Amino acid sequence: MIVETGHYALVLAFALSLVQGIVPLWGALSNDRSLMAVGAPAALAQFAFVGLSYAALTYAYVVSDFSLINVIENSHSLKPLIYKISGVWGNHEGSMLLWVLTLALFGALVALRARHMPDDLAATVLAVQAWVSAAFLLFILLTSNPFARAVLAPMEGRDLNPILQDPGLAIHPPLLYLGYVGLSITFSFAAAALINGRIDAQWARWVRPWTLIAWMFLTVGIAMGSYWAYYTLGWGGFWFWDPVENASLMPWLAATALLHSALVMEKRDALKVWTIFLAILAFSLSLLGAFLVRSGVLTSVHSFASDPQRGVFILMILVFFIGGSLALFALRAQALKPGGLFAPVSREGALVLNNLLLTISCATVLVGTLYPLALEALTEEKISVGPPFFNLTTGLVFLPLFVIMPFGQMLAWKRGDLLGAAQRLTFAFGIALVAGVLFAAIHGEPALAVACAGLAVFAIVGAFVDVFGRITSAGFSPSVLWRRAVGLPLSAWGTTLAHAGLGVSLLGIAATGWGVERVMAMRAGDVSELGPFTVQLQGVHQRPGPNYSETVAIMTVSSGGVVLGTMNPSRKFYSARTMTTTDAGLMTINLGQVHIVVPEQSPDGSIDVRMYWKPYVALIWLGALVMFIGGGVSLTDRRLRIGVARRAQPKATGASPQPAE
Amino acid sequence: MLRLLRSLVLLLALAFPAASHALQPDEILKDPALEIRARALSAGLRCLVCQNQSIDDSNAPLARDLRLVVRERLQAGDDDKEIMRYVVARYGDFVLLSPPVNSRTLLLWTSPGVLLALGLGWLVLSARRRRTLAQTPPLSEAERRALEKALAEGK
Repeated sequence: MIVETGHYALVLAFALSLVQGIVPLWGALSNDRSLMAVGAPAALAQFAFVGLSYAALTYAYVVSDFSLINVIENSHSLKPLIYKISGVWGNHEGSMLLWVLTLALFGALVALRARHMPDDLAATVLAVQAWVSAAFLLFILLTSNPFARAVLAPMEGRDLNPILQDPGLAIHPPLLYLGYVGLSITFSFAAAALINGRIDAQWARWVRPWTLIAWMFLTVGIAMGSYWAYYTLGWGGFWFWDPVENASLMPWLAATALLHSALVMEKRDALKVWTIFLAILAFSLSLLGAFLVRSGVLTSVHSFASDPQRGVFILMILVFFIGGSLALFALRAQALKPGGLFAPVSREGALVLNNLLLTISCATVLVGTLYPLALEALTEEKISVGPPFFNLTTGLVFLPLFVIMPFGQMLAWKRGDLLGAAQRLTFAFGIALVAGVLFAAIHGEPALAVACAGLAVFAIVGAFVDVFGRITSAGFSPSVLWRRAVGLPLSAWGTTLAHAGLGVSLLGIAATGWGVERVMAMRAGDVSELGPFTVQLQGVHQRPGPNYSETVAIMTVSSGGVVLGTMNPSRKFYSARTMTTTDAGLMTINLGQVHIVVPEQSPDGSIDVRMYWKPYVALIWLGALVMFIGGGVSLTDRRLRIGVARRAQPKATGASPQPAE
Repeated sequence: MLRLLRSLVLLLALAFPAASHALQPDEILKDPALEIRARALSAGLRCLVCQNQSIDDSNAPLARDLRLVVRERLQAGDDDKEIMRYVVARYGDFVLLSPPVNSRTLLLWTSPGVLLALGLGWLVLSARRRRTLAQTPPLSEAERRALEKALAEGK
């Protein structure tokens, strides 16, 4: 009964999304306030019904209702509760439900803020958002119904794929979805601006917080996925340039570009056409990723989740929204007048360069991901485009950004002083040089690692030079320093933290070049050197788990005769699917990690051990966390909050230029 | 959406039901210099039955065979290029994770550079256009007279 209620709620949500998609839009076009006012309550109700539907499916998982095909195929009565709850999105149907839940959540959030926006803008945004919702709700109802019943209910389910039975599953997809789907709001704003024909600095001011939220979650979502792969996949890599990973990186690159171009649009009323285009592009890339992963185009070898019917449906959604928005774009873009003027060397100029490099990085990833598919379709020739290609091309396009970042913060709007900026950055450059020499002396080869680490230090220190200068400009007495630090706009701190965070990540990535690896067979008592440490295998034990059995290796890590700790890398055997997974043993020492995997036990009693020492590796993910915090700090800036709240009606003229930050 | 990792791991899991197990201890060559070269070569060769994995990372039996082939050739004294040629002759370009530059892949390899050049060219052009826009036209005779009058009145 509860299951049927969930299914019915989903149908009702679809009906509501149609109402929300048509009535407010009609109101906005005919300037009828009562029709426009339907949007917000419809969005809230739609969220409530999708939420009800989602809760019903979760309930079916928690009570192990094996009359549902979806539960049979992805759950087991002995599975720990956390994986029963997170297992809901560990499959195609359930993850689609999470996707529409997130869509409805963002619709509801906009509805709650609707009274701070002009009525017609809010109504049109909610209507566009509802069209996206409607498309995906229909997709679920027609092709991916999670509530389908089995004819005969078995006694036990087939269990969730063991690799997914990890805390990573509970955290990674929801974060990532908040990012991907959050971009739907910026898309809706762009489409609404094109429909209403009002594209000005004020629009950028409304859309930037939403972009920032989506970007923040996309950043930590990708980082979380990367860390999950790092500790479960067993060979210590953190990024594989897999098409599925690329599908998440492309929207991130586009969203990062959008954040920066929206800033120019907000402050200087320039780059309007480009900003609207990026807003459409970012969400289009989210949709493209959805298509690539769920259609089976990319996974044809293993035919996982490949269902031509689903693929065609998503392709139709893709064509409708991308094609429709680009058609609108083509209609309206002509009418846009160029905004504020600026010299090439200026804050705007730096941001334009930032946008150029980010979008070309994005294009490079896109071309590299799709090229083998296109070539095979056209010529039947198969090629591989793998990490060596992406590292080289994307690296070459992306790395200059680390040089530009500190300069961009330093340049004034309209017309900047490049020489002055360079002088102010001398300090950062000096620190980077010293750091590079130190890295070379301590860690040595490879030279690329040293160069990238130096560049990272330049970006980190350079990010702080601007705020440091502004804090210390009135002298160095502690009370003055404190007052000025607190008095700085939070968005300045946000920029600084986000830029520094990217530098921190680069430092972690550069340091992978100094990693040490040992692959060997070990018996109890065996000792091995691992970089600066000594690792000893104490013994191997068996341990039972709830729905698996585990082989655990007890290993001690010591340095200079002092034992630093014990690690328990293990391999788990899941009987329901007769599958084995490895859990890496991890020990964090001064931001670096010892990473040990025990892939196999030989009949002769020895075990195969794969050990790594990865100095500073934790910085890769800590950097993403710093970026997330930077985004959050920027989001709480008074100017963003109050500016949104107070300006219920935009001025007809474009915003006047605002003082540089 | 894109169950980023999920699909990735599922694919891997489908490809190899056994635990992840790449390079095995018994494969490692005695000569450290040769082993380093073997690892570098392996990182650029694709495991043919996997999704985007190098033979160095893969535990598929076929990947192990290929790793052993690479090491055999190394011990026989082949240089890196000869080994790559040997492997490509057997398995085709598909085995290379970094595709060779030829007429078929020219677009792939040149697209970042071409796009960058186009983008920069467009920026330079639009900066020029902006500069001409920014140049204020001189005052007309009527405007000049109005200005003088206003200034005179202000005194």
